Amino acid sequence: MVAIIKYNAGNVQSVQYALQRIGVDSIVTDDMASIKGADKVIFPGVGHANAAMQYLRDRKLDQLIVSLKQPVLGICLGLQLMCKHSEEGDTNCLGIFDEQVKFFPTSSSADQKIPQIGWNNIYDYHSVLFSGINENEFVYTVHSYYAALGAATIATTDYIIPYSAALEKDNFYAVQFHPEKSGKVGEQILKNFITIS
Amino acid sequence: MSLENFNKSNHPSFINSSNGSGRGLSKRIIPCLDIKDGRTVKGINFESIRDAGDPVELAILYSENGADELVFLDITATIEKRKTLVELVKRIAANINIPFTVGGGISSVEDVALLLQNGADKVSVNTAAFKNPSLLKQLSNEFGSQCVVLAIDSKKEADSEWYVYLNGGRTKTDTKTIEWAKEAVALGAGEILLTSMNNDGTKNGFALDITAELSSSLPVPVIASGGAGSMEHFKDVFDIGKADAALAASIFHYKEIEILALKKYLSVNNIRVRLK
Repeated sequence: MVAIIKYNAGNVQSVQYALQRIGVDSIVTDDMASIKGADKVIFPGVGHANAAMQYLRDRKLDQLIVSLKQPVLGICLGLQLMCKHSEEGDTNCLGIFDEQVKFFPTSSSADQKIPQIGWNNIYDYHSVLFSGINENEFVYTVHSYYAALGAATIATTDYIIPYSAALEKDNFYAVQFHPEKSGKVGEQILKNFITIS
Repeated sequence: MSLENFNKSNHPSFINSSNGSGRGLSKRIIPCLDIKDGRTVKGINFESIRDAGDPVELAILYSENGADELVFLDITATIEKRKTLVELVKRIAANINIPFTVGGGISSVEDVALLLQNGADKVSVNTAAFKNPSLLKQLSNEFGSQCVVLAIDSKKEADSEWYVYLNGGRTKTDTKTIEWAKEAVALGAGEILLTSMNNDGTKNGFALDITAELSSSLPVPVIASGGAGSMEHFKDVFDIGKADAALAASIFHYKEIEILALKKYLSVNNIRVRLK
């Protein structure tokens, strides 16, 4: 069973629907025992880093997430919250990854707006998460903050600067883009996560 | 290489970033479906689908044929029948794997919460936001700017200025489109969906002047709508109109232009699009 962590950020329903489409059962829950006992855990999210971290701390979900031993996948804000610190609301985050989360610098090109909304390429993979995925595939992404490149970077995207499209450390995985909204490519990435043993 | 000293002009991935090759954010092609009582309104012309009126079947077909996003515009008249919209949103979210926006008659935080909870990625607001601009602030605070699309129906008058129209284009205002768009973005709109009433339905091309004006003066993406009749019109709205995305309805529904063929054309013409 896959547990999708329920919290006040974003549209967790979409992730559940995406898992359904690849034939995977999941529950949306904030129950500690259910999350701890799940085979896989997905930590999604769209919203504000500060409000989301506060919500997690109030429910002690912050301590739970860092203590998990099964494969965990953060999505979008989930990735950012798994980093050490976010410039969004000057927020101390979970610290699973050492990478810093920053606001995109101003672009010299007028067509590079913030937030980045739409389909961009991922490349330079270093993880089983991207098994069978061609270099430069397009994924759907919506964000104003990004995780810098670092030791845990397992895929890169270029927007104003190159940043971490995905991170991995031990049993923790995270993607900045939305695999649940990224067509067949996204579905393959979710399948890859589900089959990690 | 130190990221602090990263010089993007020397990085190979940026040299091609503004044209059809290389890497970077792509321009979006967005089909729009008009919905009434849970069914698509305009006739459609696809042999491969069983039920031409079912928005979900059409949505799946578009998503499999290269659409980057979908917009569902609900034109259901009565509040009672609008409840069918929530059921429809649920079915769309369960069945398609690309982002979608829902618009039409949305006037409160509660309306939006219901649509987002049931799987919509974004909502578009129009008349209600103009009459009550604080709605934009409430929505962006509650759900984030990324899911708040402001739709503007705009018309160029005899004085050559573009004005905002309300109620599906039936009510003129004295507010200039550029002024309302700037205010809306300051309040929290994350994208602007601009429809030119002068161009809509003409198939003579998008309104390039107002699209370019909005796109170059706003920090958020602009979706151009109204007037698409040929592939060249899409090229122009990206090249000259500086649009971030282009929306069309009938030319896609009646298969006058197929999305994959359009994207191949744009790619050949050095516009970055997502090709499979």
